[in-house]
Amino acid sequence: MNFIYRLFLTAAAFFAIAVPASAQEAAMTLDEKVNSAFAGATGWFVSAIFAPIPGTSFPWIVMWLVIGASVFTIYFALVQFRFFGHAISLVKGDYSDPNDAGEVSHFQALATALSGTVGLGNIAGVAVAVGIGGPGATFWMILAGLLGMASKFTECTLGVKYRNEYPDGTVSGGPMYYISKGFDELGLPGGKILAVVFSIFCILGALGGGNMFQANQAHAQITQITGDFPGWITGLIFAAVVFAVIVGGIKSIARVTEKVVPFMGILYVGAALIVLIVNYNMIGWAFGQIFAGAFTGLGVAGGMVGALIQGFKRAAFSNEAGVGSAAIAHSAVKTKEPITEGFVSLLEPLIDTVVICTMTALVITISGQLMIDQSTGNYMLNEAGSAIATVDGNGGVALTSAAFGSAISWFPYVLAIAVILFAFSTMISWSYYGLKAWTYLFGEGKTTELIFKIIFCIFIVIGAAASLGPVIDFSDAAIFAMAVVNIFCLYFLMKVVRAELVSYSARLKSGEIKKFTH
Amino acid sequence: MKLVIGLDGQSSGEKALEFAKNMAASMDSCELIVVYVIEWSPFSFQTAEENAQRHKRREEEISIAMERVLNPAIGSLKDAGLNARAVVRHGDVADTIDDIAHEEGASQIIVARSSAGGLTTRLFGSSTGNLVMNARVPVTVVA
Repeated sequence: MNFIYRLFLTAAAFFAIAVPASAQEAAMTLDEKVNSAFAGATGWFVSAIFAPIPGTSFPWIVMWLVIGASVFTIYFALVQFRFFGHAISLVKGDYSDPNDAGEVSHFQALATALSGTVGLGNIAGVAVAVGIGGPGATFWMILAGLLGMASKFTECTLGVKYRNEYPDGTVSGGPMYYISKGFDELGLPGGKILAVVFSIFCILGALGGGNMFQANQAHAQITQITGDFPGWITGLIFAAVVFAVIVGGIKSIARVTEKVVPFMGILYVGAALIVLIVNYNMIGWAFGQIFAGAFTGLGVAGGMVGALIQGFKRAAFSNEAGVGSAAIAHSAVKTKEPITEGFVSLLEPLIDTVVICTMTALVITISGQLMIDQSTGNYMLNEAGSAIATVDGNGGVALTSAAFGSAISWFPYVLAIAVILFAFSTMISWSYYGLKAWTYLFGEGKTTELIFKIIFCIFIVIGAAASLGPVIDFSDAAIFAMAVVNIFCLYFLMKVVRAELVSYSARLKSGEIKKFTH
Repeated sequence: MKLVIGLDGQSSGEKALEFAKNMAASMDSCELIVVYVIEWSPFSFQTAEENAQRHKRREEEISIAMERVLNPAIGSLKDAGLNARAVVRHGDVADTIDDIAHEEGASQIIVARSSAGGLTTRLFGSSTGNLVMNARVPVTVVA
């Protein structure tokens, strides 16, 4: 394990050195230097993950996720629809033993996992999808969200089943544990190695999508309001606050965020609903655009396939189904039946993608920010031909902000606060996921944990300073790399989940598992 | 006959305890169930780290409640020759005390007058107030 440890230190040192080394090119600003060093250092990794299937423009990784989600959907016979009602009952606490009061409830495990996923993916990611793939991307995003519920169900059941419960009462769970323990139990070789590979990708994902993407988009949102200023300033401030929480142990900041974020989420959906209600006569048209765009592309780059790729990509990035991160968050729940947390977790992609992401997509479509060529009814492309031209030339979170702003003029300010808080809570969640992978590799201990936390804070500054392109690419690549290992292993472990499902359904039917009367 | 005594760790609880003691002393056979509820909701929001440590914290909370509030109370009741036992539970204070009284088949709940004040009490009412309004067994509030 020592080798990997050194590899990480080398990588961290590389980022530290790469920045001053290019400082000799005097004409570049600090932001540009960070950006070019970053793009240069991560380009090969991004290309490998997003390599197209030979002869097509379809990235193999997107296919991998969709096939995985479809296999789980079929293998568990549409579990996401059959047990939907049961999942709601579980979250309400109908099946919770009153003697377990004070332990982590299903609701709490779900809320914690959601605060890690609901965030910029829903605001900025959707804008990227719709901005490039057109409204049609929304259709594929919803489909991916519905299928993804089955992936989430599979991984979270395993997360609880194979978690570690330590003598001091704390728990640790996640793909690294179910891969190594599950493979051992089934007598399959290589579990330990796969768990290590997953952990490495999880650390990169934590630094990428869970950190740099968040810092980057938070900065973009702030400059939208304050005017342009260097990203490293935002980065340093964020890094200082995150440092105070995860290293300084200032729990009050985290606690405040955890309480404010759900309200921000409700506020966001509420504002989206208001925009939709005000423009109720356009909702039918918007859905028309979504369906037409899904199958024709309506002139977007790459046509229907372009819309499909964007939709699937952003859905996966937003709800993280198949990635394995949620299994870490869900594994702390108190339950005697691991599968109950699987049922609860399938609500996550539904809330995240099918509800919240769709809201964002509808608001952007209805706002008229995407420019339509009136003569053909198709969307107009920007000068580079890479995305749809927008009224103000915006992309990412700025597009969402402009779309809301066109209906509620002061909403961009609220959105800015929401984005900052979402970014912050996602960073806190991912710092935990990354840390769990890190301690799985290097063992638990104050010093090893501190090293990871410091690296995590350094990456916040890098993420805020880099430009959107390379950061988004690397963030996607790192998160999807986790899914490569995770889904591969889920194929071997899914029979364990099926045995649980068969046994649980039988006991639920026979009345052996019944509601507690409260 | 069973009596449930709800304590909140405040000094006013002593009065409730004293009241119950006198009442029990005048009866032939009486079991006293001393309850302490740790305010908790299954619908609160927590960080992943807090969740991971929740089980440990819960055990700590329970042992602190036993040590600081319940053991001294039970001790003083037993010294007076009464039959007493302790219950600690997490949940909403008013609902949980009522649930315990209902489960145990207690004939009465004895609590102290609400010691909390301020804005929260004005908005949401006190636990004592809520208990009085919703309890399924008679409640005596000791001033």
